[in-house]
Amino acid sequence: MTITKSEIRPGAYFDSVLLMLLQRGLSELPGVEDAGVVMATPANLALLDESNLLTKDGEAGKPDDLLIVVRAKDEKSATEALAEFDSLIKKRKSNVASDFYPKSLVMANKQLPEANWVLISVPGRYAAEVADQALDIGKNVFLYSDNVSIEEEIDLKSKAQKLGLLVMGPDCGTAIINGIGLGFANHVQKGSIGVVGASGTGIQAVTSHVSNLGAGISQAIGTGGRDLKSEIMGITVLQGLEILRQDMDTKVIVLVSKPPAPEIATKILSAAQAIDKPVVINFIGHPSASQKIDNLYFVSSLEEAAEKAVSLTKNNDSQKVREKITLPKPTGYLRGLFSGGTLAYEALLSLQSFLSPIYSNVAISKDQNLEDPLESKDHTIIDLGEDVFTVGRLHPMMDNDLRLRRMKKEVEDPEVGVILLDVVLGEGSHPNPAKEISAAILETKILRPELVFVVLVIGTENDPQDKENQIKELEKTGAFVFTSSNNTIEFLNQMYQESNDKISPSIKIEDFLAPFVAINIGLESFYHSIVSQEAKAIHVEWRPPAGGNEKLMSILDKMRN
Amino acid sequence: MDINQANEKVVNKIMAARPMLTGLGIARDVVPGMKENLIMHAGPPIEWEKMSGPMRGGVIGAILFEKLAKDEKQAIEMVEAGEIEFSPCHHHDSVGPMAGVISSSMMVYIVENETDGNKAYSNLNEGYGKVLRYGAYSPEVLEKLSWMNDVMGPLLAEALSDGEGLDIRALLAEALHMGDEGHNRNKAGSLIFTKLLAPRIAKISKDGSVASEIIQFLGDNALSVLNPVMAACKAMCDAGHGIEGSTVVTTMARNGTEFGIRVSGLGDKWFTAPVEQPNGLYFPGYTSEDASGDIGDSTITETSGIGAFAMAAAPAIVTFISGTPQDALNATLEMYEITTSEHSHFTIPSLDFRGTPTGIDIRKVIELGIPPRVNTGIAHKDAGVGQIGAGLVRPPMAIFEKALIAFAEEYNLG
Repeated sequence: MTITKSEIRPGAYFDSVLLMLLQRGLSELPGVEDAGVVMATPANLALLDESNLLTKDGEAGKPDDLLIVVRAKDEKSATEALAEFDSLIKKRKSNVASDFYPKSLVMANKQLPEANWVLISVPGRYAAEVADQALDIGKNVFLYSDNVSIEEEIDLKSKAQKLGLLVMGPDCGTAIINGIGLGFANHVQKGSIGVVGASGTGIQAVTSHVSNLGAGISQAIGTGGRDLKSEIMGITVLQGLEILRQDMDTKVIVLVSKPPAPEIATKILSAAQAIDKPVVINFIGHPSASQKIDNLYFVSSLEEAAEKAVSLTKNNDSQKVREKITLPKPTGYLRGLFSGGTLAYEALLSLQSFLSPIYSNVAISKDQNLEDPLESKDHTIIDLGEDVFTVGRLHPMMDNDLRLRRMKKEVEDPEVGVILLDVVLGEGSHPNPAKEISAAILETKILRPELVFVVLVIGTENDPQDKENQIKELEKTGAFVFTSSNNTIEFLNQMYQESNDKISPSIKIEDFLAPFVAINIGLESFYHSIVSQEAKAIHVEWRPPAGGNEKLMSILDKMRN
Repeated sequence: MDINQANEKVVNKIMAARPMLTGLGIARDVVPGMKENLIMHAGPPIEWEKMSGPMRGGVIGAILFEKLAKDEKQAIEMVEAGEIEFSPCHHHDSVGPMAGVISSSMMVYIVENETDGNKAYSNLNEGYGKVLRYGAYSPEVLEKLSWMNDVMGPLLAEALSDGEGLDIRALLAEALHMGDEGHNRNKAGSLIFTKLLAPRIAKISKDGSVASEIIQFLGDNALSVLNPVMAACKAMCDAGHGIEGSTVVTTMARNGTEFGIRVSGLGDKWFTAPVEQPNGLYFPGYTSEDASGDIGDSTITETSGIGAFAMAAAPAIVTFISGTPQDALNATLEMYEITTSEHSHFTIPSLDFRGTPTGIDIRKVIELGIPPRVNTGIAHKDAGVGQIGAGLVRPPMAIFEKALIAFAEEYNLG
């Protein structure tokens, strides 16, 4: 008759890879049908239950207890298998060198003081504390552990930033630093493409594809999935970009992330734009309206990101110095007053990535929603073709009156610095919009000569209004006139770019580029992986502090203060 | 309150202490609180009913040695009638190996910490075989004790009376470079000790054959220096005891039944739990079945940064734990994890002269779950059989937990 037996070892901690090996070892013993060797967390207990491996004793297990369960064909086999467990551990231990594995980070650092990285893969509830200790002794951190709270992440990253150190993660699955793959890294070629990624598999996909295309990777910096949330403000992404900017071996940069919060996107893109290298950007699942702004290349898939990056490495144009045109300085917010709904929407879509906060009556996200379409605030894009404006009057493409009155109102606001307008020509539109608009512009310029006017003209030479003349008329007022949406956005971007604060996180690049030497805490397999890549490393035989005893831990905590 | 600062202060005092062997005396004359019917013993306080075999044997032997009773039966009757008082050596500035039994007329080594002026005491080492410290009290055991007390002791006392004390700290530092760890291996230290004493003994002795006998005895016994070393360690640890806010352990001791520790910042309170069985190598014919519980004050060596903590210096005895020289290194490396400092005088050649791990911090013991290592002799559980092996033992974790909780209460960290 089948029998299931279990054993609990309180406070015995083993990493999950070892547990898997031990579990396999037990299953292979004679008479054993199935076995489970897990830390008795609720999730693991549920898994055991599904496999019919949960015993009464097992149910009582606590998260810091090691639970060993064996289902065997008879009592004797089960008992023997359980008794075999310790020799399985020993057998495994005797396989490794008898070199001393330190038990604490402090001691590991004494043994390998030249270590510049600490790889952390301990259970989440302990990970932040270990990462904090690592920063205290001046190490960069690769934080593989998940279940680290966002508050802890903020603390760690702010601290790292102050110290000029990097915290990759939490939940950072992979990275490639100075040619050494961390976590789940692929064996890729060394090369000139640097990657910053808030997604582990995203980094893997891009770096692998780059390598398959015959190019190579200089650095791949993981940031953890939450880095571009508004709480974290993209600290690690910004630091990563700065590293790649300074790294002489990096010629092209790829940035991979889920779509960031709008205000973060502004920061990130303006930092990326300040780099004199092409930056390929893939905000996964969130195509940008523009394909290219200045040195930024927007792509819509990971594969495309890799392909674009590889092609840019071959393109000498990427090296050319950006042409310096004297741009007007915006003295305040942008107010876009559109007659064309789609043009308004497209402008908003592109602008939101570098201007924030931005509001609109055709908001893309909820937080952009303008409460009162008649009252602009901060940066605003208004579609005056919306019903609320057109009730009882002509569409603004035919009648400029409403738009010009709104413009007058906008320029009375001293916080406004730029007015963006569209002029849509063609059959049925106003016969000479430029005339009315130019007159209005000149009128406002008497009072506020510093105002910048940007006009997007849509139409053809054959349109009844005569496009060339319309443009000339508008340009006479000093307005900047464009005929493509992309150019308009790029111009606005550059103009605001100049006035955006330069973000320069302190990173000591020489330190970062020093040969990779690591202290590994947690999964032993990461240590072996580093060593097999011929980098120096030391493994810490980590156990939960105070054996996971909450009372003692809380005392220890108080004693630290 | 800054615990780190307090601990730093404690280890600095322990390391700055300079224990000098300045002489010998009769326990009742020199040991504080010693009296006729008092028997001191190893470890934390214990009652007769709970004493282990070797401890009981030692007590009976001491009563017979003091001639308080004429035989074993009468000795036990006296104890049961409450006529004998017991007290830990540690309560009298003293330490004794294994049973650690010291009675009022026994001669003791006097070690004085030149830096702070405190003194510590220990009895004379009897060598191997049937000895009182392992609970033996047969006539030949008592006879040897009498010779040591009446012949060797007084002569050693005279030899040391010229005011030139022996610097035990310097002796230990040298012995560590000669393959000793100061607890289980004192071969080199005992030879240095003999070498230092021999000329003085020869100089003052009126009888060449007595001098020869004493020098022979000291030189043959690879544990001759253990007791002065223990007294020196006690003097060093006491120098660091009683510092407000410190979590450093200043006493570790075992009475065969319980393991006890005291902590610098927690006064004279003991934290105890049942002893564990040493894990080691047994002499032919014996197994762990025959072993007594862990016993003796000699853990004062580990407390002051030598013994198992200096295992890397003594690869020759790593066979006790059936290990390799690498294991000896690992043992010391592990102890750095739970200590406060590296000793400024005791260094280890194979670790590039790194100082030995010194000053056990209960916080680190708890946080990392690593109890201190202790090298130890293993006594037979029956009185009088003697040593049956040697090996490694660790104090029970519970005593460090108790101490930590008491510390939190004492300093309102609850």
